Parts: sequence; C-alpha cells; structure tokens
Amino acid sequence: MKIDQATVEKVAMLARLELASDEEEKMTEQLNDILDYADKLNELDTEDVKPTAHALPIKNVFREDVVEESLDRDIALKNAPEKESGSFKVPKVIETGE
Amino acid sequence: MGADYEVTIGLEVHAQLDTNTKIFCSCSTEFGAEPNVHTCPVCLGLPGVLPVLNKKAVEYAIKTGLALNCDIASFSKFDRKNYFYPDLPKAYQISQFDLPLCTDGHINVKTEDEEVRVRINRIHMEEDAGKLVHDGTTDEGSLVDYNRVGTPLIEIVTEPDIHSPAQAVAYLKELKSILEYLEVSDCNMAEGSLRCDANASIKPKGQEELGTKTELKNMNSFKAIEKALKYEIKRQAKVLNAGKEVIQETRMWDDDLGKTFSMRGKEEAHDYRYFPEPDLVPMEVDESWLEKIEEDIPELPTDRKARFINEFGLPEYDAEVLTDSKDIADFFEATVNKHDDPKSVSNWVMGDLMRLLNEENLEINEADITADGLAEMLALMDDGTISSKIAKTVFEEMFKTGKDPDTIVEEKGLKQISDEDELGNVIDGVIENNPDAVADYKGGKDQAIGYLVGQVMKETRGKADPQLTNQMLREKLS
Repeated sequence: MKIDQATVEKVAMLARLELASDEEEKMTEQLNDILDYADKLNELDTEDVKPTAHALPIKNVFREDVVEESLDRDIALKNAPEKESGSFKVPKVIETGE
Repeated sequence: MGADYEVTIGLEVHAQLDTNTKIFCSCSTEFGAEPNVHTCPVCLGLPGVLPVLNKKAVEYAIKTGLALNCDIASFSKFDRKNYFYPDLPKAYQISQFDLPLCTDGHINVKTEDEEVRVRINRIHMEEDAGKLVHDGTTDEGSLVDYNRVGTPLIEIVTEPDIHSPAQAVAYLKELKSILEYLEVSDCNMAEGSLRCDANASIKPKGQEELGTKTELKNMNSFKAIEKALKYEIKRQAKVLNAGKEVIQETRMWDDDLGKTFSMRGKEEAHDYRYFPEPDLVPMEVDESWLEKIEEDIPELPTDRKARFINEFGLPEYDAEVLTDSKDIADFFEATVNKHDDPKSVSNWVMGDLMRLLNEENLEINEADITADGLAEMLALMDDGTISSKIAKTVFEEMFKTGKDPDTIVEEKGLKQISDEDELGNVIDGVIENNPDAVADYKGGKDQAIGYLVGQVMKETRGKADPQLTNQMLREKLS
C-alpha cells in the first residue's frame, strides 16, 4: 500500500493535526518508508499462524467489582483549562438537527 | 403507504450493566451524584494509567449472551474506537470490534397477532461516555461531567428481522424483561440505563434487496421509539412515492415535534480507525466458567409465564401481566405459597396492587406491602373476619402504612359483623326507617332487598356480613 499526500491530509485531520505542506511531504515519505519496512513481514509464510491479538502471552486479567475511593474533585479538575460548577468546561458543542 | 412497501428494522440496544464499579477502574457507577465525583486517572484518561477489566461486567455480558441463545466466544478482545468528542476524555472508546463476546443469538417475540424470531447478530462490551450539559448559566461553553465515563455497557445488535414498529416495541419489552430477570441491568430508560437506536428501511413488496436505511437516534422511551419508526416509515414512503431516493443518514428524533431530522452536515464522516487495545489482554472463556454462569440464570419470563399457566391454572393474560416484571412475579408466587388461591391472588396483584403502584409511581420492592400481608388479608376474607369490600380498605391501608392486616382491622374496628343479635338490631332499625322499600319488597319487587342491604351496609360502615344480612332481611320480611 502506497500512502499519498491526500491520505496524510486525511489522517492528519482525523488526528486533529495541522501540518504545513512541506511537513505533509515529509510525512508522506516517512510513512511510506515505515510501511515498506513493515512490508518485509509479508515475505514470511504465515499460512498456519493464528493472528496475534496481543504482544503478551497473558489472558484474563480481571479485578473484583469493589468500589474504591475516587479522586477528589478539585484534583480531578486541577489541570482543566476551564471549569465551572464542578465540571470541565469546553467550547460549546450542540448536536442539533436542521 | 399501506400495502405497497415492506418495512425492515434492526435495533441496537445499549444496556448499562448493574455493577458497583466501572468497567476498567474501581470508581462507583452510582447514578445522580454531584458532577465529577466518581472519576480517577483511569477513567479520565490521564497518561500512564492501565485499565483493568471488571470480572463481574464480563460475567453479566456472558449471562446475557447465554439467555439470548448466543454463542459465547472462547477468545475475545477489546479494541479502541477513535473519535474526538468532549464526552470522551481519552479521545477513544474502549469497545469490541471484530471479536465480540457473544454472537448469533435469537429471541422469540410476541405481538398481539403474531410471533416472530428476532436474531441477535452480536453482543459486545464497551465503556460508556460522559455527559455534556449544554444549558444552565454558561452561554459560551458546555459543561462536562465524567461520572458516567467507563460505566460498563453491552451493545445488543439485532439482525434486520423486525418488520413493524409494533414488533420493535415487543422485542424491546421482551429484551428488557429478560435483562431485568437476569439482574444484569436495571433497565431504567429515564436514567439512560437502557438506550435504543434503530435502523429502518422500506422496499417495494416482493423485492429481494433491502431499501436504503436511515439510522434513528434520540428516542428515550418505548413510545418514542414506536412513534419515531412510524414517522420514519411514512417519510421514506413519501420520498419513494415522489420518485426520489432515500438518503442513507443518521436522523434525530424530536419527541416534542414528533419528527425525525437529518443530521447531515452536522456529523463528520466517521472513520473510527479501530485497532486492538494494547493495554488490555484478551479474554478466554472456558466451559467450566460458562457452566458456572449458566447455573446463575434464573427461570426466564417466557418459561415462567408457561409455568404460571400450567402450575396455577391462570389465564394467559394474567400470566403475561404477572411475569412481565420479575419482582411482581416473585411477589405473586410468595403470596400464593402462603395462600393457595392463585386466581384470587392474581386479581389482587393485577388489580389493586398495580393500580396503587401506578398511582404512587412506585416499584413493588419500594412499597411497604408484603406478600405475607396480602396472604393474611386473604385469609381474613376467607374466614369471614372481613368482607371483600372492607378488604379493599384494609389493602390500601397495608399499602400506605405497611401494617399487618390484623392490626389494621383491630385499630380501625373493621371486623365484619356476623353476630346475629348485633346485626339483627341494625336490620330492625333499617326495616323501621324504610317502609317504602319494605312495601316494595313485600309487593313482589325483589330488587328492593338490594336497597335494604345497602342501608344496613351504610349503617355499619361496610362491616355487615352481606350474605348474612341478605338472608336475615329475607327471613324478617317473610
């Protein structure tokens, strides 16, 4: 798979990154290099290998359903750029119809 | 519309699992707390934290899968669903993408005139998002409450097997009833514990290929879901009849206006870029764990209804109403265990009890009345201590105060008058004071006796034994 500049623009938009056009070119090149490198794996025959879901050979790590103390609200809100009435405050978002 | 189109509906239900703690951290899932008091570095998505899966949430999801006749995946994992929205502090939701915990289930659903099988495509686990508050004092911003972030959810997705709004509601009611019986979710729609989105399309009758569907959101009650689907089906028919095409899109239901509105343009093209959640290891469910969970599944509503008909000889209607809610069905059975007259118990539960619960807007387990109390009251009726009319008064008093029926009868002096001397005095007085009715009766108007019995009841404030009164009146006037 080849990555073109349009793909980089799209991925940047999805990640909310603003890239200058020379940065876009650079990213296109670098991302292609990375993919080319990863492509080497395709040279291996993986016919009989199950897909890996996780790098660690561990499964079923659970906790019991027991409540523990939450963060103090003042601490939770401490790094918020804006807050009001015990809540985080963000630019207005409203989902409305036409 | 009418005979020209066939309707196809698929439903996606999100149910909050009724665990004490969130799905990946030990914060409480309590509803209605002050904003942002149930948060921690994990659910706030602070850097460097690790989610750890709540075992009970997994068990509840498996329990649901088993009850809905699903296959439970022996191997399952979590994935990240990426999108930016302020109700999602990590900018991704931990969900399940290609390996959901449960697949290929079904339930049978009955409407007034038909029974249909609705297949379940999948049930997967995920975390809930936070809550945005738009109104209030702020004019230039929205407030975010992250208490709900990380509440465990299951998303239950049907195949497009539903063919009318009535079937959709019947499916949802059956599903809700099953979830309540399993005690995996409190299914409180007003508090958002049960939420439903719908996909709907129509196609010309006989056409193989499905029509273009729209996705409906923002329905907060069964009634709203039914209304939204009805509206949307009509709207799509109008579009097709005008020779236009239905556009695949998400539409918001506005309950006040009774219309769906396009979200086109308001919604960016979604590209969730799912990938396996590297911070959580996979789940493997073996037979012994499944067996243990299976043992925990109670008798489900359909089976219980059948048993109520067979074991207690109840009419189908009674069995249906009584088993709709597990708590009501439990109350009924507990009463019948103490007072072996199922139809009479059923009448009281479906009648006075449900009426009072409705009036007071209470659930049965919030009311003070007990099954023992109702059984004792019915025994008092049977042995003639109270009349059926007085029983209604006693029942209301039990409901209001939680006192036992003996105490109420004693305190209020409601004991039925069955003493012939005492009753005879009252009857003599009534005969003396109502010469017209007495003359009518003697003149052959038999219904005049009813009036006289009524007068005795009035004199005794309902406490006279009606049968004895009737009999004694007839004797005295013969």
